[in-house]
Amino acid sequence: MSEVIVITSGKGGVGKTTTTANVGTGLAQLNKKVVLIDTDIGLRNLDVVMGLENRIVYNLVDVIEGSCRIKQALIKDKKYPNLALLPSAQTKDKSSVTPEQMKKLTDELREEFEYILLDCPAGIEQGFQNAIAGADRAIVVTTPEVSAIRDADRIIGLLEANEIHQHQLIVNRLRMDMVKRGDMMTVEDVCEILAINLIGVVPDDEQIVISTNQGEPIVGTDALAGKAFANICRRIAGEEVPFLDLQKKAGVFSKFAKLFK
Amino acid sequence: MSIADFFRKKNSSDVAKGRLKMVLVSDRANCSPEVMELIKNDIIKVISKYLEIEMEGLDIQITQTDSETDQGRVPALYANIPIKGIHTTSR
Repeated sequence: MSEVIVITSGKGGVGKTTTTANVGTGLAQLNKKVVLIDTDIGLRNLDVVMGLENRIVYNLVDVIEGSCRIKQALIKDKKYPNLALLPSAQTKDKSSVTPEQMKKLTDELREEFEYILLDCPAGIEQGFQNAIAGADRAIVVTTPEVSAIRDADRIIGLLEANEIHQHQLIVNRLRMDMVKRGDMMTVEDVCEILAINLIGVVPDDEQIVISTNQGEPIVGTDALAGKAFANICRRIAGEEVPFLDLQKKAGVFSKFAKLFK
Repeated sequence: MSIADFFRKKNSSDVAKGRLKMVLVSDRANCSPEVMELIKNDIIKVISKYLEIEMEGLDIQITQTDSETDQGRVPALYANIPIKGIHTTSR
């Protein structure tokens, strides 16, 4: 049984690529056979986030056009042999691929992989249509901001219109300090507004920037965001995992300060 | 509203939530607040021909409701129009 999952958001810059890299790596850590496809043609990014940018020979468009076999274009991960990346083309544009071609490609990949994750480009045009064409389910990424939530709502509507009814939400970059003082919407607020099931909450974490700098996904480390991604992967695989207590992170100093309150 | 409430500034997250709810209603229904206002006025006009409406408690909006045919959440026109009395002259 294999699953094709599209990771999408509508708005750019909310963390689709980071989520794809971490969920993919996390599923590989659970010993699943995983392939990541960067569908953002012209704006290739998943390769650098994964730290695999130096190994690219062929890309998605080469495979679609038949210039190479799928196997030749797949890049094996540095750490996990059961994780592969199909990078996007940097010099082509989004119209070089059609939804039908994408569906055919993902169906072929089902034979070898348990999870096929598609990193969707921002927007709702052809790149989005390509990315969702072969998907069984979707993970919608948003941040607790009005613009990202509005776009996520639009995306959920489009997923429904395209018969993808299994979709779940990741609330990314949550800042508990701001939520506590009433300056950021809570996860409950976001879920209520979007009327969609939650699959994970990822706190805003400096470590994400550091791990992206190094081209090493954060999942599997002790960082809070790393744990959050690991939990999301277990939930995707069908396990029931309680949500992290993001309040726990209080440092020694603030704990001390509380004693005197 | 207590005095303390009066001086307390409304949370920015509540402001965001309120604004989002408003904007999503028109996004989902594919209809702008201006169009909504026109629909509302026309509904009032039609009903006023036969009934006397209590304008204070009037509430007409597009909301989300569970579909009866299991298509998930679908937009619906919600109208709560309190009636003061029936025009006898229009008979």
